[in-house]
Amino acid sequence: MNELQTILSDSVNRLLADYSTKQTIVAAEQGEWPKALWDELVANGLTRVLVPEDMGGAGATWSDAYVVLKAAGEHAAPVPLAEAIVAGWILARAGIAIPDGIVTLMEGDFLLKEGRLSGKATRVPFARHATHGVALVKSGWGVEAVLAPLDYARLDKDQNVAREARDTLYFERVVVETGWVELPEDGLRLFGALARSVQMAGALDYLTKQSVAYANERTQFGKPIGKFQAIQQQLAVLSTQSAAAGIAAAHACAAADKGEASFEIAVAKVRVDDASSIATSIAHQVHGAIGFTYEHGLHFATRRLWAWRAEFGSGAEWAEELGRAAMERGADELWPYVTGR
Amino acid sequence: MQTFRFDLCELPEETRGLREEVRAFLAEELKTIPAVIRAQTWSGHDQAFSAKMGAKGWIGMRWPKKYGGHERSAFDRYVVLEEMLAAGAPVGAHWIGDRQSGPLLLNFGTEEQRQLILPKVAKGECFLCIGMSEPDSGSDLAATRTKAEKVDGGYKVNGTKLWTSGANRAHYMIALFRTDPEKKHDGLTQFLVDLKSPGITIRPISDLAGNSHFNEVVFQDVFVPDSMLVGSEGSGWAQVGAELAFERSGPERYLSSYLLMKELIRELSKRGGEEGAKEVGRLIAHLVTLRQMSLSVAGMLDKGENPALEASVVKDLGAVFEQDMPVKAHELIGAEPTIGGGDDFTEVLAYLTQTVPSFSLRGGTREILRGIIARGLGLR
Ligand SMILES: Cc1cc2nc3c(=O)[nH]c(=O)nc-3n(C[C@H](O)[C@H](O)[C@H](O)COP(=O)(O)OP(=O)(O)OC[C@H]3O[C@@H](n4cnc5c(N)ncnc54)[C@H](O)[C@@H]3O)c2cc1C
Repeated sequence: MNELQTILSDSVNRLLADYSTKQTIVAAEQGEWPKALWDELVANGLTRVLVPEDMGGAGATWSDAYVVLKAAGEHAAPVPLAEAIVAGWILARAGIAIPDGIVTLMEGDFLLKEGRLSGKATRVPFARHATHGVALVKSGWGVEAVLAPLDYARLDKDQNVAREARDTLYFERVVVETGWVELPEDGLRLFGALARSVQMAGALDYLTKQSVAYANERTQFGKPIGKFQAIQQQLAVLSTQSAAAGIAAAHACAAADKGEASFEIAVAKVRVDDASSIATSIAHQVHGAIGFTYEHGLHFATRRLWAWRAEFGSGAEWAEELGRAAMERGADELWPYVTGR
Repeated sequence: MQTFRFDLCELPEETRGLREEVRAFLAEELKTIPAVIRAQTWSGHDQAFSAKMGAKGWIGMRWPKKYGGHERSAFDRYVVLEEMLAAGAPVGAHWIGDRQSGPLLLNFGTEEQRQLILPKVAKGECFLCIGMSEPDSGSDLAATRTKAEKVDGGYKVNGTKLWTSGANRAHYMIALFRTDPEKKHDGLTQFLVDLKSPGITIRPISDLAGNSHFNEVVFQDVFVPDSMLVGSEGSGWAQVGAELAFERSGPERYLSSYLLMKELIRELSKRGGEEGAKEVGRLIAHLVTLRQMSLSVAGMLDKGENPALEASVVKDLGAVFEQDMPVKAHELIGAEPTIGGGDDFTEVLAYLTQTVPSFSLRGGTREILRGIIARGLGLR
């Protein structure tokens, strides 16, 4: 982390500690929009970190955004901050002005004709609270970024296991703004996966800190359970998994700052996915029954990890892409490829 | 709570030319060496190859020129090492001296010791081994018993070192001896021992696969002159601690099964590349991440920091990854491993299936590393 990122990290973490409280998260899970939290994020320019300054953003890099997204994951912020950041980045690249309001990301099947969007978007994060959705649509010559107002879309409510809204949207010839953009057709899934990977690395960091703290507090057999070697060894594993997740996600952000980053993003999503499976299991084991209650906050992180690891392509899907591509290049090309990027 | 710091560390552009040079060298040098021999990488001993590397200037790359070094960057060195390992070059003979003993002498050795050893090590002509473990002192290194008693002009050594890799082919040992039986940690001292000294008996020990790389080294009234004491008397424990960060984080801590990974991918590709794609992708994700972690530690070492904790993390995760390789190969292909008479895949599979158990023992066991990490987390 450079100096700017350290300052950014401190201020974002402070903001989220104040505004993304347990109370806020519980209320959000019951359907309430965490307005105070969102307004604070907007006021601090955090929803537009990746938008250039001349378009009203902070003009930051993915490596800077890493700090913000990681904090969002660590604090289980129940808002579409990651979605807004990625959406803003796509819109800016397409030369479309960033609208006021809440912008989310839409994956789905679309038809774009004469500036009108038809089709269906599935599992759209926080759609019921959002004012706009961003999608990428393949057109004749390339890929177009689409900014769609959501007022005219039909909406079916759904949610993920973290009880975050994941809604279905139906569009019928809705007038949208469009702009050509130099991104792959699956760019939204790709950069969504990048953002999720970083959030997950943040949630994994939380699991390590929380589990270590709990192990030092909870006493059984006359001593803190953290004094038992079996627990120490488990926590060591948990911490190495969160460390691996952190650097995998940071590496992908650095690659995104340099250019084509699909390989590094796939690596990150797969590695973070694996880390999540190991880490959630250890964190719950160390916490005993109390960690299995709704009252205890551990599950705000673990349920997010279970939901997020399947979003924007699961680890298994990305792994399959990595594996197929490696086999197509051939066994002897793997090393030159890994070191040549 | 202290967590680990793994800052990204990117290899500079300038290393590209060097990488190409190393690759061209290896393509020529290794073209007749079969995959199963290459799979030994840093356990493979080949003096002629070490001498060629020395001539290329690829040993002691970071050391001062006055000791035969080349004053290259940590990143140049990293590139040479990872290329050697990924290709399966037989770098074992000079590995310990280059990685560990050379830097130790640069840190704590006397001018005389450096002049005596380093130029020859850098030429690929002088090999070292590490004498830490003993029959009753494995993980509990502070239980070291081999005793060095003060005598006129030096020390008289009696005891046994065990599992000493390469002692049968090395010229010197960096040994940890007990100089003070009254103190525990503070009673330990490091010495540079000439293995030709009278009273030393070296007996190779066959491993489970029938290969002899580690040894029992018995000391009977061996005289070690004062001039061969490394650092200061009683600070052996602290010096060993500093050494271990170098020992635990290099690319050899995740590339020891790379030859099998390559043969596995080749085998799956032959079968159409449908099967096993997910597993291969997962292995790649772990490989790339471990490389970033290892590079990150290299960057910290280069800045003179002591990333002992981070090095333990790399070694623990790396060993798990390396040990998973024969398991994945077995699950995906299910071919019987062969010793002689098979193809590259089944031969390499046999070698690594039998070798990987040692990966979480040598250089500190899994449990010891996780204990170090737990201490870093504030649990101990
Ligand atoms: C291939 C190979 C090469 C080697 N090369 C060298 C070399 O060159 N020089 C050298 O000095 N040594 C070398 N070693 C020795 C190596 O460092 C030791 O094997 C290692 O330190 C463990 O010691 P041990 O084998 O006596 O096992 P032990 O210490 O007896 O351990 C046995 C088991 O008990 C566990 N255990 C021990 N203590 C604890 C504890 N406090 N808490 C929890 N679990 C514990 C260990 O983790 C392990 O699982 C080599 C070993 C191998 C396998």
